[in-house]
Amino acid sequence: MSAVATTPTAAVDRPASTTRPVHAPIPLMRVAGVELRKMFDTRSGFWLMASIAILATAATAAVIIFAPDDELTYETFATAIGFPMAVLLPMVAILSVTGEWSQRTGLTTFTLVPHRERVIAAKVLVSVGVGVVSMLVAGAIGAVGNVLGTAITGTDLVWNVSVVEFSYIVLANVLGMMIGFMLGVLIRNSPGAIVGYFVYSFLLPTLSMLLADSVQWFRDAQLWVDFNFAQGALFEGEMSGEAWAQLAVAGTFWLVIPLAVGLGLVMRSEVK
Amino acid sequence: MITIEKLTRKYGAFTAVDDVTFEARAGRVTGFLGPNGAGKSTTMRVMVGLTPPTSGTALVAGRRYADLPNPGREVGVLLDASAQHAGRTGREILAIAQQTMGLPKSRVDEMLEVVSLTDKEAGRRVRNYSLGMRQRLGIATALIGDPEVLILDEPANGLDPAGIRWMRDLLRGYANRGGTVLLSSHLLHEIEVIADDIVVIGQGRIVAQGTKAELLESAGTVVRSDDLPALVRALEAAGLSGSPYADGALRTDADASTIGRVALAAGVALTELRAADGAGLEEMFLELTADTQREGVAA
Repeated sequence: MSAVATTPTAAVDRPASTTRPVHAPIPLMRVAGVELRKMFDTRSGFWLMASIAILATAATAAVIIFAPDDELTYETFATAIGFPMAVLLPMVAILSVTGEWSQRTGLTTFTLVPHRERVIAAKVLVSVGVGVVSMLVAGAIGAVGNVLGTAITGTDLVWNVSVVEFSYIVLANVLGMMIGFMLGVLIRNSPGAIVGYFVYSFLLPTLSMLLADSVQWFRDAQLWVDFNFAQGALFEGEMSGEAWAQLAVAGTFWLVIPLAVGLGLVMRSEVK
Repeated sequence: MITIEKLTRKYGAFTAVDDVTFEARAGRVTGFLGPNGAGKSTTMRVMVGLTPPTSGTALVAGRRYADLPNPGREVGVLLDASAQHAGRTGREILAIAQQTMGLPKSRVDEMLEVVSLTDKEAGRRVRNYSLGMRQRLGIATALIGDPEVLILDEPANGLDPAGIRWMRDLLRGYANRGGTVLLSSHLLHEIEVIADDIVVIGQGRIVAQGTKAELLESAGTVVRSDDLPALVRALEAAGLSGSPYADGALRTDADASTIGRVALAAGVALTELRAADGAGLEEMFLELTADTQREGVAA
């Protein structure tokens, strides 16, 4: 065939192969753009995103209606909105990964972009971006609720969440999304990873508390080994050097190591 | 061009693809033929980097698939038309491919036109698509980047006869313009009507490969004469044997030119002399895969 390529007839047979342009590699930002699009372009994806704003509004309304007047402060709104965010945002991260396997779209995705780490990196970028924007939107909805609520009840307007405190809460939610990501790459199945998230975030902390109640040495070590417990300081807005160290140590075991294992599995696993 | 060399993929003790070597050449349609579970899909997944090989190499356009900077622009791939998010519209699925490859938006409409999906159909969610429509959408996704190589796994599945005819013409034209087409099928007839080269696989091993003409030739020759006894005597005298074929013809393993010479020397007039195509290849396929059939084995 190499001989054929030099004959004039071959040139007539396949002119295309001699004039093929050299293609530029796909930039990461384009992959991220595609991943962002994929988060919104199905009904389930769209409503998951919409539910972030809807639930933030519902939580705000609930605070105005049910909270006692003296507790009508921005912190109350932030706490009320924080709970649905802490559940929804990790779902966004989980589904962006597991959908490639559960919906089998990975067959196309990883064929068009064969370097899977780039697809995963794009998903992390987009998920974290969506998480931060969602938190800002939720924060704004809470602020409107605070202004409206105090105006309705005639109480004083109290802004008792500082910018630093708010960024800690955003960080905590980003960590929650990374946990979702970790479970996504580790389990690679939507229902499995979602169940995994609830076990990880609600069942394990309860068990940890029970253990701490009865075992003295565990109680002493809990802030260093219980990732969820170590994140508590973020929500209290007081991060000492020790609190950061505890977050880092617990996070290494509960997030970084399993995430590395999961990424290794994603790189090597078969996509069927 | 696709070059597969000594490719092996094992799953524990099970060898799905066993030392497979073949080539799909530019300007030709290569048919990848084998019964279900023979290793066709695994081989194709290895080609595009979705399954890591245990050993051996697969090169597309002279490079490893993962080394292609923008693979969709060089290799069109359709592995499973049903592997799509059921909640996306057909148009959206094409738009995702278009955006990933960095193509102009107009390519989406062009491709819908090429595969004859109407605007209304393109706006429907894929969960409401028939298998045939999914195949058309999958072929559109494979073609959108104007690649020089096509890798299609069972693309005719679910297409109606007119659809199969359409696809055959499409792939023929594509190969005639210099493209490389590799398509798999477990149906001999599909491969026979479109392929220039055929690779037959059974239980993970290549059991036959060559041009369609070569494989047809190896399936024997059909010869007919008004004086059949004289022809049989002449063939036997030349050390050849024949077995009865339909309507008093003979089927022999010798090639047509040998038989023609023998008949001429014996002075026997032939009324027909041709390769035992169709039925011959089918016989060969069944024979080659007889001990690799999965009848009675849970898939």
